Amino acid sequence: MLKTWSIFKREVASYFLSPIAYVMGAVFLLLSGYFFSIILLATHSASMQGVFGNMAVTFIFVAPVLTMRLIAEERKLGTDELLMTAPVSITSIVVGKYLASVFTYLVFLAVTLFYPAILMFYGSPDMGPIFSGYLGMFLFGAACLAAGTFASALTENQMVAGVVGFGVLLLFWILGWVSAAVTGPVGDAISLLSILKHFDDFQKGIIDLSHTLFYVSFIFVFLFLAVRVIDSRRWSA
Amino acid sequence: MIEVSNLTKTYGKARGIEDLTFSVERGEILGFLGPNGAGKTTTMRIITGYLTANSGTVKVAGYDVFEDPMEARRRIGYLPENPPLYREMTVKAYLHFVCELKGIPKSRRAACTAEAVEAAGLAPVYGRVIQNISRGFKQRVGIAQALLGDPDVLILDEPTVGLDPRQIIEIRELVRSLGGRHTVVLSSHILPEVSMVCGRVVIINNGRLAAIDTPEGLSRRLRGSRCFMVRIRGPHEEVPPKVSELAGVRSISVEKVDFQDGKPEVLLSVETEVSLDVREALFFKMAELGWPILEMRPVDLSLEDVFLKLTTEEKLEDVVEVAASA
Repeated sequence: MLKTWSIFKREVASYFLSPIAYVMGAVFLLLSGYFFSIILLATHSASMQGVFGNMAVTFIFVAPVLTMRLIAEERKLGTDELLMTAPVSITSIVVGKYLASVFTYLVFLAVTLFYPAILMFYGSPDMGPIFSGYLGMFLFGAACLAAGTFASALTENQMVAGVVGFGVLLLFWILGWVSAAVTGPVGDAISLLSILKHFDDFQKGIIDLSHTLFYVSFIFVFLFLAVRVIDSRRWSA
Repeated sequence: MIEVSNLTKTYGKARGIEDLTFSVERGEILGFLGPNGAGKTTTMRIITGYLTANSGTVKVAGYDVFEDPMEARRRIGYLPENPPLYREMTVKAYLHFVCELKGIPKSRRAACTAEAVEAAGLAPVYGRVIQNISRGFKQRVGIAQALLGDPDVLILDEPTVGLDPRQIIEIRELVRSLGGRHTVVLSSHILPEVSMVCGRVVIINNGRLAAIDTPEGLSRRLRGSRCFMVRIRGPHEEVPPKVSELAGVRSISVEKVDFQDGKPEVLLSVETEVSLDVREALFFKMAELGWPILEMRPVDLSLEDVFLKLTTEEKLEDVVEVAASA
């Protein structure tokens, strides 16, 4: 636990010492700011409903870039030999690194609190959907970052990790479209795996336990897979 | 302090190391010598827990590295072939991070770090960012990192590779000073380096153990003698003394005596002077006595092979040494 904290601290420092966090933060905030302004101008309503959906889609592109470095770079530079031979479990390493990416994402999200502040200043928005929307954004983003962390564990090439992470997220996004093509229970079951589908209710102001559980299990599964991948490498190479 | 027994590791079909057995005593500096690709790094990675083995066991300070990895790792300081450094951190921040990883309690961190910095001679670069310091200092940061927490065992994988001659000498001095207090395993592909620093040498080649001896013993074995096996059909008691009285024979040992088709046979291992080939004399002597030689073959060829590879590097190294002292 203490060691997870050490790894977390080092990783956060590394995020904010390198340009990655700033560049990706700028891209994410630029796009979400654009969506916020355009939607506000078009609808003239003090709500964030459409904005959250667009921010979530944007983050599908941002997340793999944030996480691609996490584990791949350690292997490339050989620093994994330090971590893997220290009295630290692989789970602590993966969780510490993952939480650092989540923290960075939370910093981005914190900046977007500016938008509801503007709405509150000039209007009287319904705060319920905004709270639940932020909770949804947090869970959704954390899930994306878990998939990205897993992708980063697969390879020592950051670029490959980024592309694979993006591929995984894209797949889980478009699974939601299957229900249009495949009707019946099979289509429904597949579309239940879509990461964006579970986000819809949060924007509308509904906090549903099943959606929350979906994201939590999504995170758990991918972090577990990342740990397994790293552990299995000790046997092969 | 370290016990490696019957260790085998394969990569797919390729053999990494095979049936490696050796042990290291407390306070000893053991050299791990072999040509590139012999399996030195693989062995060290298994001892430190970075890799697992297919079979065999490794015990560090009594803890099995596979069964009890955390306890074993707490007692090991490891410098991989490429020092595992985060380039964007300062030396200070990096060593602090390693202290935390190793679980050194807060109260002891300052003292531990100061000790390691002192031992590795890092004071001049302590506050600097790692990517801006020289290769030699990076290597020292790697060594300081391994020393943190005063581990019983230090595993150093080629600590002098890629350094300039003056740095090589400094690092060797440093390693030598670590013996006694720490048990050190040091790998190298340079023979004189190992004989300068280490009390005992393990030579591996193609993943197999080729020899374990003191540096002096190894050079004696290398320069002083040659060994072959000979099978002679003749009386068990009479053959060995007759062979040992030949000029140039240093020692003989009887490997096996038996009867084939009712006739006595002796298998001898014969150690001789390098300068004198006794095989011809042996042939005529045995012919004279009427005891046929059934088989004669040289042994220890693999060790000679290893030395050939190592000694070619030694010459290069000697040039460097001369250049350094000039």
